[in-house]
Amino acid sequence: MKKKLVVIGAGMASGRMLEQIFEAAPDAYEVTLFNAEPRGNYNRLMLSPVLSGEKTYDDIVTHDADWYAAHGVDCRFGEPVVKIDRKNRVVYSNKGGAPYDALVIATGSAPFIIPVVGKDLPGVVAYRDLEDTQAMMATAGKDAVVIGGGLLGLEAAAGMAAQGARVTVIHLMGHLMERQLDPAAGYLLQKDLERRGITVHCKGATKAILGHDRAEAVLLEDGTVYPADLVCMAVGIRPETRIAVDAHLEVERGIVVDDALRTSDPHIFALGECVEHRKQLFGLVAPLYDQAKVLAKTLLGEAAEFVPVQTATKLKVTGCDLFSAGDFAEGPGREDIVFRDPGRGIYKRLVLEDNRIIGVVMYGETGDGSWFYGLMKEATDISDMRDTLIFGPAFQGGAALDPMAAVAALPLEAEICGCNGVSKGTILNAVAGGACTLDAMRACTKASASCGTCTGLVQQVMALALGGEVVEAAAGMCKCTDHSHDDVRRLIRTMGLKSIPAVMQELGWKTVGGCHSCRPALNYYLLAEYPLDYQDDRQSRFVNERNHANIQKDGTYSVVPRMWGGVTTPAELRAIADAAEKYNVPMVKVTGGQRIDLLGVRKEDLPHMWNDLNAAGMVSGAAYSKGLRTVKTCVGKEFCRVGTQDSTGLGIKLEKLMWGSWTPHKLKLGVSGCPRNCAEATCKDIGVVCVDSGYNISIGGAAGMEVKETVALASTPSEDEAIQIILAVTQLYRENARYLDRIWKWMGRVGLDWIKAQVVEDLENRQALVARFEISQSVYRHDPWAELSTPSETPKWGPLADLTLEAAE
Amino acid sequence: MTVFVDIGALDDIPRQGARLVKTAQGCVAVFRTADDRVFALDDRCPHKGGPLSEGIVHGDRVTCPLHNWVFDMNSGVAQGGDEGRVRTYAIKIQQGRILLDASLIRARNAA
Ligand SMILES: Cc1cc2nc3c(=O)[nH]c(=O)nc-3n(C[C@H](O)[C@H](O)[C@H](O)COP(=O)(O)OP(=O)(O)OC[C@H]3O[C@@H](n4cnc5c(N)ncnc54)[C@H](O)[C@@H]3O)c2cc1C
Ligand code: HEM
Ligand code: SF4
Ligand code: FES
Repeated sequence: MKKKLVVIGAGMASGRMLEQIFEAAPDAYEVTLFNAEPRGNYNRLMLSPVLSGEKTYDDIVTHDADWYAAHGVDCRFGEPVVKIDRKNRVVYSNKGGAPYDALVIATGSAPFIIPVVGKDLPGVVAYRDLEDTQAMMATAGKDAVVIGGGLLGLEAAAGMAAQGARVTVIHLMGHLMERQLDPAAGYLLQKDLERRGITVHCKGATKAILGHDRAEAVLLEDGTVYPADLVCMAVGIRPETRIAVDAHLEVERGIVVDDALRTSDPHIFALGECVEHRKQLFGLVAPLYDQAKVLAKTLLGEAAEFVPVQTATKLKVTGCDLFSAGDFAEGPGREDIVFRDPGRGIYKRLVLEDNRIIGVVMYGETGDGSWFYGLMKEATDISDMRDTLIFGPAFQGGAALDPMAAVAALPLEAEICGCNGVSKGTILNAVAGGACTLDAMRACTKASASCGTCTGLVQQVMALALGGEVVEAAAGMCKCTDHSHDDVRRLIRTMGLKSIPAVMQELGWKTVGGCHSCRPALNYYLLAEYPLDYQDDRQSRFVNERNHANIQKDGTYSVVPRMWGGVTTPAELRAIADAAEKYNVPMVKVTGGQRIDLLGVRKEDLPHMWNDLNAAGMVSGAAYSKGLRTVKTCVGKEFCRVGTQDSTGLGIKLEKLMWGSWTPHKLKLGVSGCPRNCAEATCKDIGVVCVDSGYNISIGGAAGMEVKETVALASTPSEDEAIQIILAVTQLYRENARYLDRIWKWMGRVGLDWIKAQVVEDLENRQALVARFEISQSVYRHDPWAELSTPSETPKWGPLADLTLEAAE
Repeated sequence: MTVFVDIGALDDIPRQGARLVKTAQGCVAVFRTADDRVFALDDRCPHKGGPLSEGIVHGDRVTCPLHNWVFDMNSGVAQGGDEGRVRTYAIKIQQGRILLDASLIRARNAA
């Protein structure tokens, strides 16, 4: 008599297993197949093409009614199994039981639903089966939100967009598919999705799904609201183990199986996404097919062992070509080989260890993926082909990377010279018309004839037109790129690059993550260009700016609270004194910037001390920043017998307007009430000396290794106008200077006359500059101390672990 | 064989950042790269003792915050013209947890 085999779950893994059994021993078992879905086995992977309309359900059926009939399978579809009676070897659905000699559990996974308000509203789906797919196909012309920017979520998003929905993807992490892709590839993917109209919101945490009778919108922690007729949660899966748990089988994260895929009960087996094998879970079909082969053998009494292989990932979104395989996650001793072709949106990265490939990420061109994957699986020693490895199997000989690719890819209308509004097309035409030197170019188009910061780019465009003949160009900003500071800045603007990975990809960075010299510069350029969109990257800042305190030579920090215009109160002094005592501050010193420095504070005490100072109304003095430091003032006419104007009052006004702003280098201001100049305003970056007739503004001073006296910029009878001019010149400096150039250095390059023309003579431009400064300040006029000393942030300032407290064995 | 001790979750360290672990043998800096690799190095720069945990992490390199020496975190060896080496420790990630060489619990002894 045939033995009875009962299978729970008619999915991809059990389907493949049945094929193997019927092929090897058609008469061995009488099979009963339960499935919760009201249908048999179909190719779940192909739900995405069904969703996007490229295929129909009929196209993706693996086993149809005829197949089941031909193999005598008793199909119980639409009948979830609710109980396993191990003692009597019977399984039950709500419609009845089925006895077994051998039982296979193949229940797959259940989607993970994040526990937010509104998760049970109609209109909230997962992405697992045909029902979910059909719900998503009905979103044409509507708003859809996908929560989760992993493989599944992005296939759902692309599919709905193809159906004509307005789709937003909300992703918790900093870049899409962070488990498979590094930031550079994640950036390219995001760009491709945005190009097809999908909105991508990274670093977004879902707070609630809003709606009365059904989903209407999604609310994020940061307050953003996206309208949503349909919400798809694709944040992950977990093994479907409920019936196994109820039956008291051994279950960890999945149903525990041995190498023969037997559970803790010798009559019960399991395979697919519901199992855990040697602590590992599975989420892709390739290893499940191997399990199917092994389990078929086990059930037919042959010895077989399941050995998991590494798997590679491809995203099934037409037009997004990405490939990722291998292990990026752990272990010392690794090296990278990187190739970028910005013009064509290509990025390839190989991770090597001991001359073997252990990880591959490719975007834009994935043809060589399987070749690399082969080398990786075979653990081939690649030392011989290392130099050309990244170019793939077809390549012999070494292609030169093209430093001008980014410039070549610019459209003709892209603005190259901002001062004179000269486009790339105009420059190309001028070259065609005979302007082959920079002087000739300046004479006929004025390109780079004003502030001059675009000179490098103009030269590159000319070189392009002249067939690569290099018109001498400025040096690259660091060893990671051939582009100069000015070029990078301008390309960030003309190409609309809004993140560090975007800049590195589009401008062909030669390293994976930049270096300590370009990262802080890029972070500054981006936040200055896109104050509202760009999220400051703390990890790209020097220690002092990252920790909002100056590190001292023994690793302790100094804390300098702001004293507006150098003016303080007894209450503030008391709070500072209390803090100094409470945290055992070894030294309290008055700085040259007219405020008080608490030196020698331990890192873990910083947030606590900040909290205390915040409570007394004080904020960070930014004594550590490439940004506004202090506005030093004298007492002025309020007290001084020769004072002409309220210099203290003006200094406080300026400091209150400008605090928190980031600038290319540090920015110190001084305001003196008369030409005796007690505030030493004429050796500050921007100085004001008051006179009877008003205010004399001068810029470009310094008193460090270089001592510089300021030079006159403007005089005005009006305090308001003085403020406007100072804000405007600050903004011009922010937008135009190279990172780490103080005003005097920048002035030396662009010329005082040019600055005057921009902020003194051209009133309209002055107002525009002030308006842009104010937009930026709406974001940055905030106290970093308050943000970094909240209860959730405070623990991050201490050590991760203290092993000195663990008992030695 | 190396014995490991759990020191915390991977997500406790920011990408391209580091956290400190106090040990009987001094402070150890635990780094996380942009692509989620982890490294453990002594938190003392061989140049003048700078705290490497406060450096900028780029690729699998870290730059000392005091005078910009650059170290390969795989080997701990200083790059470019500078000569020196920082001690590295065995470390790995398992199911989102970071495991560090447990011998750091004991003070370095004569053996
Ligand atoms: C949209 C989508 C795209 C995918 N794309 C890819 C891809 O490109 N590449 C890749 O490798 N993988 C992909 N996957 C993953 C792949 O589909 C799964 O790894 C695979 O289907 C798992 O097979 P399984 O047999 O373990 O589970 P499933 O195929 O999920 O089958 C389990 C079945 O068991 C049923 N069931 C559950 N509980 C019970 C119960 N109590 N009683 C009866 N029946 C029950 C379920 O209804 C289900 O039909 C994708 C998945 C989805 C959803
Ligand atoms: C590692 C580098 C430096 C550190 C850590 C540092 C630190 C400080 C601190 C903490 C203050 C008090 C700040 C305040 O109240 O805002 C200060 C003031 C000052 N620093 Fe520095 N400084 C550095 C480099 C320089 C350099 C290179 C110069 C010269 C260009 C300089 C010139 C000054 C001056 C003139 C003051 C007095 C401020 C004023 O009157 O406005 N410092 N410095
Ligand atoms: S600068 Fe002039 S107004 Fe100010 S304190 Fe000195 S003397 Fe008085
Ligand atoms: S202490 Fe590290 S570089 Fe000087």
